[in-house]
Amino acid sequence: MKIDVLSHELVPKHYIVSEEEKQKIKEKYKIDKDNKFPQIKAKDPVVKAIGAKPGDIIKIVRKSNVAKEIVYYRIVVE
Amino acid sequence: MSEKSLKDYLDELPKSIVEQIDQVSSKMKLNEKQKEQLTKEVIKEYFKSAFQPGEAIGIISAQSISEPATQMTMRTYHFAASAGIQVTLGLPRLIEIFDARKEPTTPAMTIYLKQKYNTKEKAEEFAKSIKEKKVKYFAKSVSIDLTNKKIKIELDKIKKSELTEVIEKLTKQLKDFKVKELTNAISIEANQNMSIKDLEKWKRKILSFYVSGIQNIKNTAIIKEGENWVIKTLGSNLEKIFQLEEVDTTKSYSNNIHEVASILGIEAARTILIKEIIDTLKQQGLNVDERHITLVADIMTLTGEIRAVGRYGVAGTQSSVLARAGFEETIKHLVKASVRNEVDDFEGIFDNVMINQQVPVGTGMFELISKIGEE
Repeated sequence: MKIDVLSHELVPKHYIVSEEEKQKIKEKYKIDKDNKFPQIKAKDPVVKAIGAKPGDIIKIVRKSNVAKEIVYYRIVVE
Repeated sequence: MSEKSLKDYLDELPKSIVEQIDQVSSKMKLNEKQKEQLTKEVIKEYFKSAFQPGEAIGIISAQSISEPATQMTMRTYHFAASAGIQVTLGLPRLIEIFDARKEPTTPAMTIYLKQKYNTKEKAEEFAKSIKEKKVKYFAKSVSIDLTNKKIKIELDKIKKSELTEVIEKLTKQLKDFKVKELTNAISIEANQNMSIKDLEKWKRKILSFYVSGIQNIKNTAIIKEGENWVIKTLGSNLEKIFQLEEVDTTKSYSNNIHEVASILGIEAARTILIKEIIDTLKQQGLNVDERHITLVADIMTLTGEIRAVGRYGVAGTQSSVLARAGFEETIKHLVKASVRNEVDDFEGIFDNVMINQQVPVGTGMFELISKIGEE
């Protein structure tokens, strides 16, 4: 039986970001190189579950006690 | 600036503040223009109270966590552990988390049950069934017949189905032995020329053979949390537990951060990391702002793997040679760096302090550039 990772309450929502949005994010946070993003491994169970490939940016909407919601970005690496 | 709409302004603020603005504006019946004015004011205040670029937030976090932690050692002895399962608490646990040990000294799981199984009887039954049972668990007494080289295990509280399972497992694993089933006992006959010392060794080995339950779970306890019956376990095996029908796979978790990372991903591990640190501190009556801990957790999970805060993790992988050498194991780092022809570009704090240069912190982060050839 496979575990449904995405339904677990500890796992925040992950979205794959489109190429257009990726440019906007890079502009907003003034990131010039892809390797300056926080990383997430391609073998990560959540990355596998949403089907992201290395090089994709993943938008993570975390729950926070302070700000309710926080958006974080990670890049998929090998 | 004027092209910006209200929505653009609101995007700059965290959700909790946006909700508050909405609340106030609906209460005071503000129109669109007034709301925009309000939002602008809030943004001004918000960025005034936010950290300025260049602030050394890492050091502030380090102090905010470490100072209360110094109080911990003294207080540890005054607190007894929580009911049922004894887990490592206090400073030892905090060190364990920051060191990102592969296996905590007391791995523990919290298991929630599905609605259908959420009764006391079913929880008890389930807790019993997942506990790891070894041959030792069923044995009442063990005797060794030295002349015939036989080990006799008298059994207690064993069901028929379990007995056949035990016999089956033993026959499979013990190829040189003859396993026989007696009434309420198992007799294991060894080779005649086996020494007594070896026989004694085998006895111990046989007693620790795994029979049923979930491996690694040494003890279980049930507690009631509001409406739910929750099972706390000593020992952790998240992968196996998630395969079981009764378990609520949307809530159950382990305190082993590496295990959570490999099964639920790095973001879940980060959540657990923060929760464990806050719980450990709270347990000692210490209150550290969540944002300091979040910062540490973010750095620890930056590369998609859990890194320890220390020599082999965060501090050991800094890009600056001098910063690494200044932390620990000076000679090792200097020799390695010279062999590999590494370059230090003096962008860090440590390295700049060493050569008596302005550190890139606060106002020191910025430099003036003049445009040549312009009036």
